[in-house]
Amino acid sequence: MQQDNSNRDQGSQKVLKISIVVCFLMIGFVAALVPLYDIICDITGLNGKTGVLAAENVKEEAIEHTVIVQFDGTVNSDLPWSFKPEQFSMEVTPGKLYQTEYIAQNISTTDITGHAVPSVAPNEASIYFSKTECFCFTEQLLTAGEQKNMPVTFIVSSDIPKDIDVLTLSYTFFNKSRMTAAQQAADNSTHKVTEI
Amino acid sequence: MSQDITPNEMNHAEVAHGHDHHDHDHKPKGFVKRWLMTTNHKDIGTLYLIFAFAMFIIGGAMAMIIRLELFQPGLQFVEPDFFNQMTTMHALIMVFGAVMPAFVGLANWMIPLMIGAPDMALPRMNNWSFWILPFAFTMLLSTLFMPGGAPAGGWTMYPPLVLQGGHNVGFLVFAVHMMGISSIMGAINVIATIMNMRAPNVGYLNMPLFVWTWLITAFLLIAVMPVLAGAVTMLLTDRYFDTSFFSAAGGGDPVLFQHIFWFFGHPEVYIMILPAFGIVSEIIPTFARKPLFGYVSMVYATAAIAFLSFIVWAHHMFSVGMPLGGELYFMYATMMIAVPTGVKIFNWVATMWKGSMTFETPMLFSLAFVILFTIGGFSGVMMALAPVDLQYHDTYFIVAHFHYVLVTGAVFGIIAGAYYWLPKWSGHMYNERLGKIHFWWSTISVNVLFFPQHFLGLAGMPRRIPDYSTQFAEFNMWSSIGGFAFGLAQVFFIYVVWKTVKGGEKATAEVWPGAKGLEWTVPSPAPHHTFEEFGPVDLDKMAHGKDH
Repeated sequence: MQQDNSNRDQGSQKVLKISIVVCFLMIGFVAALVPLYDIICDITGLNGKTGVLAAENVKEEAIEHTVIVQFDGTVNSDLPWSFKPEQFSMEVTPGKLYQTEYIAQNISTTDITGHAVPSVAPNEASIYFSKTECFCFTEQLLTAGEQKNMPVTFIVSSDIPKDIDVLTLSYTFFNKSRMTAAQQAADNSTHKVTEI
Repeated sequence: MSQDITPNEMNHAEVAHGHDHHDHDHKPKGFVKRWLMTTNHKDIGTLYLIFAFAMFIIGGAMAMIIRLELFQPGLQFVEPDFFNQMTTMHALIMVFGAVMPAFVGLANWMIPLMIGAPDMALPRMNNWSFWILPFAFTMLLSTLFMPGGAPAGGWTMYPPLVLQGGHNVGFLVFAVHMMGISSIMGAINVIATIMNMRAPNVGYLNMPLFVWTWLITAFLLIAVMPVLAGAVTMLLTDRYFDTSFFSAAGGGDPVLFQHIFWFFGHPEVYIMILPAFGIVSEIIPTFARKPLFGYVSMVYATAAIAFLSFIVWAHHMFSVGMPLGGELYFMYATMMIAVPTGVKIFNWVATMWKGSMTFETPMLFSLAFVILFTIGGFSGVMMALAPVDLQYHDTYFIVAHFHYVLVTGAVFGIIAGAYYWLPKWSGHMYNERLGKIHFWWSTISVNVLFFPQHFLGLAGMPRRIPDYSTQFAEFNMWSSIGGFAFGLAQVFFIYVVWKTVKGGEKATAEVWPGAKGLEWTVPSPAPHHTFEEFGPVDLDKMAHGKDH
């Protein structure tokens, strides 16, 4: 009896230990998912992040297939700017370099640094879309009331599957100065609440 | 574990070993010792059940506010932000406060009795895992009284919306952490109990199905609760420590949260249904007076459902923008779950086939479970179809679906179990007439409540919105009336249970004539300590004892 109860206790302790190890492994698994997700997205374009294609790779191939590239611009609610594409769409030949512009204006009375995050839809198309020059590569400072034309140079890879006819390049402008200050505001939540 | 000790030897060798069994015949005296410091599986089970029921009432009250606001189009009673707090809190409380603790309570009470164990394997941890819960939910509920109110971004806690809450973000995250710790400890206890504490001649394939489904549920819990904990921790650091896991501005991706959340969330929905499968698999054979049809296939089907639950998560996110291959994979994998689930439903029906059925309240709730859960399963298969899901997504169709599987599924399973085992817990038979009134009242009203929501969803009414256009008015009014009636029926349930606990016809040890299972071999009410002597049990008393 004594012996058996201690067997039971030993068994239970073993289950306890193994289970705790499994729990920590699963937490590690979640932590690993973050870089893993980025890698998977790089390979598949799953989250619409655009591919990287150097300007030297531009090939002048004769391709009959053309695609429509649509442009879209949004500002995050924390950023008092206006932001829109100069033209809404463009018919492009894959493999060729094109340029278009976005127009941003700071409509507030303070100088603000913004930061644009691009995304391409449909996601499958994103790995065939590269920007060789883009205002999103750097932070953009607009003084109070300043308006600025922001060029983007891009190329759609000639490898793009034939069934993709239309793709959309979309930017969201975020408030860079607020990004770092955002969490201070979070603590001061009465302020936050009145804002909501 | 030595198996060659006979029961006779055991009688002499029995000693008060380990745990807290200083006193064999008497319960600890005093409220604090009896309840706060208890390590007794039956007392802890009772605590869990009372707690779960209290949360069921609180979460139900929130649902009443939701249905009140939706009674008519336009805004009548609450502000939209408060409405959203209600939908969010209703879900969190029902999932983590009502359904999961109710199952853990049933596990605590019944698993040791069903496998001939004196108690749970880790009784002190058992006490701890319960007493964390009141603190977790006090924290969560306290957000209702804070400036800015309770979380209102939906129970799925999607960023960036959820991060825009006021103080409540931190409280929400830490409450979820505590619930997770509690669930994990409960699950470890269940696994340790089932693996180590079975009477020496009870093999794995002698175990009742409730024990089997709980064993598999416990594995799911240990695998996915840490995933949820990780996800909400990243929300916490995104909110307060300037990280950008889910913020596109900082190079993160909000969709990553959805993947992690549903990697937890899909097994979670099976955590909330598998024990109910176990309960009805105990009840139907008793009242059909036939052994469960296809016992082994039931075990394998449960394991198959558990495995599949890990590889289908993105069917919750069809509208997020996935490559075609992903949509196809998740669609087919999801539809595959219908196969083992169909096996179970077939087995329940086959168990009843040509049985000598009687229709006591537990059986009525189990039958309603089989029929209504199947309706929920069908609407689930409809939504598994990626192309049509784009239309159903975030409409009342999904609301109808998951309430069919969770209310007429999980909650009906729990209520069936409560009626089935209440005589064993309290020593009294419940009033059969009142039980039947409760059943018909609940079953009719729950269908009036949720069935019209299918049509609302197909017609395009979005969920989580306090107002709607006028063409939805009639179905919403029906749904609200059903909702109030269903809510009232559960208040009536309190009365039925209270009356049974206070008095009533004395229950025999067997309670249900011819019922199989070791729990029916101990007196009613079950003594404070049972199966204290380590030794073989009579396998003839077990439903699945002899053939294996």
